[in-house]
Amino acid sequence: MATAALDPITSATTDASPEAVVVRFAGDSGDGMQLTGGQFTLSTALAGNDLATFPDFPAEIRAPQGTLFGVSAFQINFGSTDITTAGDAPDVLVAMNPAALKTNVKDLKPGGLIIADSGEFNDRNLAKAKYDANPLEDDSLAKWQLLSFDISKLTMESVKEFGLGNKEALRCKNMWTLGLALWMFDRDRQPIIDWLKDKFAKAPVLADANIAALNAGHAYGETAEIGGAGLGLKQLNIAAAPAPEGLYRTVTGAESISLGLVAGAQLASLPMFFGGYPITPASAILHHLSRLKEYGVTTFQAEDEIAAIASAIGASYAGSLGITSSSGPGIALKGEAIGLAIMTELPLVIVNSQRGGPSTGLPTKTEQSDLYQAVYGRNGDAPMPVIAARSPADAFDCAIEAVRIAVEYMTPVMLLTDGYIANAAEPWKVPDMSGYTPFPVTFLDKAQEGGFLPYGRDEKLKRPWVKPGTPGLMHRIGGIEKALNTGHIEYSPANHQAMTELRRDKVLGIANDIPDQDVELGQKGGKLAIVGWGSTFGPIYQAVRRARAKGLDVSHIHLRHIWPMPKNLGDLLKSYEKVLVPEMNTGQLKTVLRDQYLVDAKPLNKVSGQPFRIAEIEAAIEEQLT
Amino acid sequence: MNDMTPVKLTPKDWETDQEVRWCPGCGDYAILKAVQRTLPDIGATPENTVFVSGIGCSSRFPYYVESYGFHTIHGRAPAVATGVKLANPALDVWIVTGDGDGLSIGGNHTMHILRRNLDCQILLFNNEIYGLTKGQYSPTSREGTKSPSTPFGSVDHPAKPAALALGSGARFVGRGFDVSKNLPDVLKAAHAHKGAAFVEIFQNCIVYNKDVFADFTEKKNADEGQLWLEQGKPMLFAKGAKGIALDKEKLTLKVVEVVDGDWEAAGVIVHDVTNRSVAHMLVEMPFGAFPMALGVLYDDPVPTFESAIVAQNELAAKGKVPDLQKLVSQGQTWTVGKGGPEL
Repeated sequence: MATAALDPITSATTDASPEAVVVRFAGDSGDGMQLTGGQFTLSTALAGNDLATFPDFPAEIRAPQGTLFGVSAFQINFGSTDITTAGDAPDVLVAMNPAALKTNVKDLKPGGLIIADSGEFNDRNLAKAKYDANPLEDDSLAKWQLLSFDISKLTMESVKEFGLGNKEALRCKNMWTLGLALWMFDRDRQPIIDWLKDKFAKAPVLADANIAALNAGHAYGETAEIGGAGLGLKQLNIAAAPAPEGLYRTVTGAESISLGLVAGAQLASLPMFFGGYPITPASAILHHLSRLKEYGVTTFQAEDEIAAIASAIGASYAGSLGITSSSGPGIALKGEAIGLAIMTELPLVIVNSQRGGPSTGLPTKTEQSDLYQAVYGRNGDAPMPVIAARSPADAFDCAIEAVRIAVEYMTPVMLLTDGYIANAAEPWKVPDMSGYTPFPVTFLDKAQEGGFLPYGRDEKLKRPWVKPGTPGLMHRIGGIEKALNTGHIEYSPANHQAMTELRRDKVLGIANDIPDQDVELGQKGGKLAIVGWGSTFGPIYQAVRRARAKGLDVSHIHLRHIWPMPKNLGDLLKSYEKVLVPEMNTGQLKTVLRDQYLVDAKPLNKVSGQPFRIAEIEAAIEEQLT
Repeated sequence: MNDMTPVKLTPKDWETDQEVRWCPGCGDYAILKAVQRTLPDIGATPENTVFVSGIGCSSRFPYYVESYGFHTIHGRAPAVATGVKLANPALDVWIVTGDGDGLSIGGNHTMHILRRNLDCQILLFNNEIYGLTKGQYSPTSREGTKSPSTPFGSVDHPAKPAALALGSGARFVGRGFDVSKNLPDVLKAAHAHKGAAFVEIFQNCIVYNKDVFADFTEKKNADEGQLWLEQGKPMLFAKGAKGIALDKEKLTLKVVEVVDGDWEAAGVIVHDVTNRSVAHMLVEMPFGAFPMALGVLYDDPVPTFESAIVAQNELAAKGKVPDLQKLVSQGQTWTVGKGGPEL
C-alpha cells in the first residue's frame, strides 16, 4: 500500500521563504551526526520554529567506516506552522561521505540541495559505497542541486592552531557542518558555543577547536564564493511558528516518559522502584531515572529482563511503585511475571519501547507490532490495561495515566511507545504541575470490618494493598489461583470461573474511568475515519488536515487507551461509512477493532522500519474516497 | 521489663491455618518445623518477616509460615526478594527454593543475588529430583539417575550447590539436612549473618528419590558420614577417631586417623569460618572418600547490597530538594512571549 509520492505542500529551496524545511544530516556512524542533529534541533527550537525529528542510526555501535550499513542519519522538519512529523522528503541533504549520499539521496526532493564533503569522496570510500564513478563528478545527481567542497580540509585548516592530531581534528567536521547549517537558517551560534564549553569543560582545547570549526563553517556560508549559475547556498529565514505563551523545552520520548513516571509516583505519594535491563531502544529510560534519586527513585539494573520485572513486582509488594521497561524481546521474557502481577493484583507499570520484530528484528528501527503482545500476549485469561503514547510530549501524560490506573486498580499496566517516540525530539510546553490532581495511595493498615480479606474488593473491584511490615495483616499471595476474598489457594471450578471473571471485569471497568474517545480532526459521522494509535499520530494528522483542506470528508481518531477501549468507541466508529487503520504492523489494531465492534475496519500497513510519510496516508485517503 | 517488651513467640505462633500439603513423610515437614522452631529464638516478628519462594514442592513453604509470604514463579524468588528488600530494607527476607528452582531455571538469579550480597537467607532444599512434576532428574541428580525423562540413566554431571554458591561470591555457606537436630543452629547462624546466607538443606523426597542421602543422614551412618563443622574446633568425625587435614604436597584435603585423641599430631585443621580457601575445599570434598561437611562452612560478612544502594541513594539526593516543577523545566528552555521566543 505504501507509495512514495512526494509531499506537495512543504517545498523549500525556492526564493520565497517556505513554511517548512526538512534537513537530513547523514554521515558515518562515527561522524557525530546525532550530535549535530541534536544541537541543530536546539537552535531551531530557540528560533521559535515548531519541529519534529527522526534520528535513524545503525544497530552497530561503530560499523566499519565508510560502509553503507554504517550510515547514521538525523532528519529534522521545522517550520512556521504546526509540525507533527519529521517530514516526508528532505529539502536539504548533508552527506559526509559517499555511503551517506548513496543511502539517502533517493529520498531527497527533486531540486533539493545536496551538500557533500568532497574530501571524503576518494577511491577507497567510493568503493566501499559501491560507486563505480564519483557521483560528484558525473551527472548522476543532475536532478538535484549539488554543492560539494572539501569539508574535511576546511575543518583541518580551521583547527590547525590547536595542534590536534589528524583524527581529533577531523572529529570537528560535524561542528563545521553545523556552523554552515546554522548560517543557512540564520541561527544564533551562542547556545551551541555554550554547550561546547560545557561539554568539553575538562578539555578546553577541544572546546576551542570545536568552536573554531563551528565559526569557520558559519563564516564559509557567509563569505565563500559558492553562489553563481543559479546554484548555491541561500540563507533561508523560517518564521517562528505561532505558539501559546509559556516556557518551552525540547523533549524526547524517553525523557518525557521518565519524567511522567516520576510525576506519577509523586502524585501517588509513592517511592518508585525501577527494575531494568539494557535493551535498545528502551535503555534511555533507565539512564534518565537513575539520576533522579532525590525523587525517591531506586533504580536496579537486573541480571536479565525477568529479574527486572520480578524485582519490580517484589518492590510493589513491599509498597513501592514497581516499574519495568523494555522492548519487544524483553517484554516477551517478562510475560510470565506479568501474569504473576495480574494474578497477585499488584500495581506495576511496564513500558514497552517497541522496535521492529520478531525476535531481535530491527533493534534501532521503529514499529508498532507489539499491540497483540500487549493486549493478548500471556498465558491464561490475563487482562491488562494498555495505553499508547502518540508523541514525545504526549508520553508524559500517558506515563502519569499508566501510574494512576496501576495504583487505583491494583493492576499491571502496559505503556506502549516506540523507537521513534523514544529517540525523536519535539518542543514541549512545560506543564504546570499544579494542574495535575494527586491520587495518593492508601495502604490497608488494619483489617476490614468483619475481618481481614486480602482479596476483598471495593466498588471498583480493587483489592487492598497491604505492605509487609503491617502488624496483624500477615497473609500469603502467589501465582496459584486464589479463593475469592481470602486469597488462599483454591482450585475449585466455580472459584476459578468467578476469579477469572472478576479479573476481567476489574480491567473492563476501567473504561468507566477514562475519557470518551474524541475526534482529533473532523467530526463524528461521515464518509471516512482514519483511526490510529501511537507514533503514527503525526503523519495521520497532517494527511487528514490536507485531505480536509481539499474538501474530503475524512476525520482523524487517535486512541490512547488501547485496552480497555473508551466506552463510546464502538458507536463512534459505526458513525462512519468507512474506517481505515494505518499502522506500522500488519494490522493489529484493525483486528482488535473488528473483533470488538464488528466494524469493517481496513488496514493500511507499513513495516519498513521507517515512519509513515504524510503522502502515503493522503494517497490512501484519496483511494478510499474515490 | 516494660510493656514494650515483646511476648516471646512459640513455634506454634508461626503456623498458619492452612493444611500442609506435602506427601506424608516428606522431608519438608521437618524443615518447616526447624524453621518454626528457629524463628522465635532469633526474635523474629511475623509482620516484619517475608518468605519468598519460587515453584516446586519446597516453594509451597510460605503458605505454612505465619508471616508475610510470596509464592512467585519458577526460579525467580531471588529477583522478587531483591525488590522486596530494596523497597523496605527493614524486612527480614527468607528465600525458599529447591535444586530445580534455584539451580536450573533460576540459576542465574541465585548467582546474582549471592554476588550482590543482598541481606537475606536462602534455603535451598536439595532432593536431587523434580518432585512436583513427578520425578524427572534434576541438576543435582547423580550421573546415571533413572527417571521418567532419563529411562536409561542421566548422563550429565551434577551441580554442586554449595560450590556454586561460593563460586558466585557467597559470604555465608551452610549445610544441613531435613531431620538433623542441628538444622536450627545452622539457620540461626545464617540469620545472624548480615548479607546473603546460603544454606543447602539435603531433603529426602520419599516418593521419587527416597533415601538418596541415607549414606550420611541415617543414624548408623552418622559417625562416618557427617563432619559437623564448628568455629575454632578441629574438623573431627567418627567420634573423634578421624579428622580432616591438609595434604600439603597436593594442596587438597585428606582424611587422617586420630590416635588417642591427639588431633594436633594428626594435623587436623581447626575450622576457621572466615577461611575462604578451606571453604572452597570443603564444598568440593567428594562424599564417599570424605564425610559430608555440614554446619557453617563459611561465614565472613561484607557490606550488603541494599545498604550500599540506600547509602548511594541518600548521597545522590543529599542537599537536593525534590521539586517536580523544576524537574520538568530542566534542560535548555526558552520562553515564548508576545514577541516570540527568547532564551
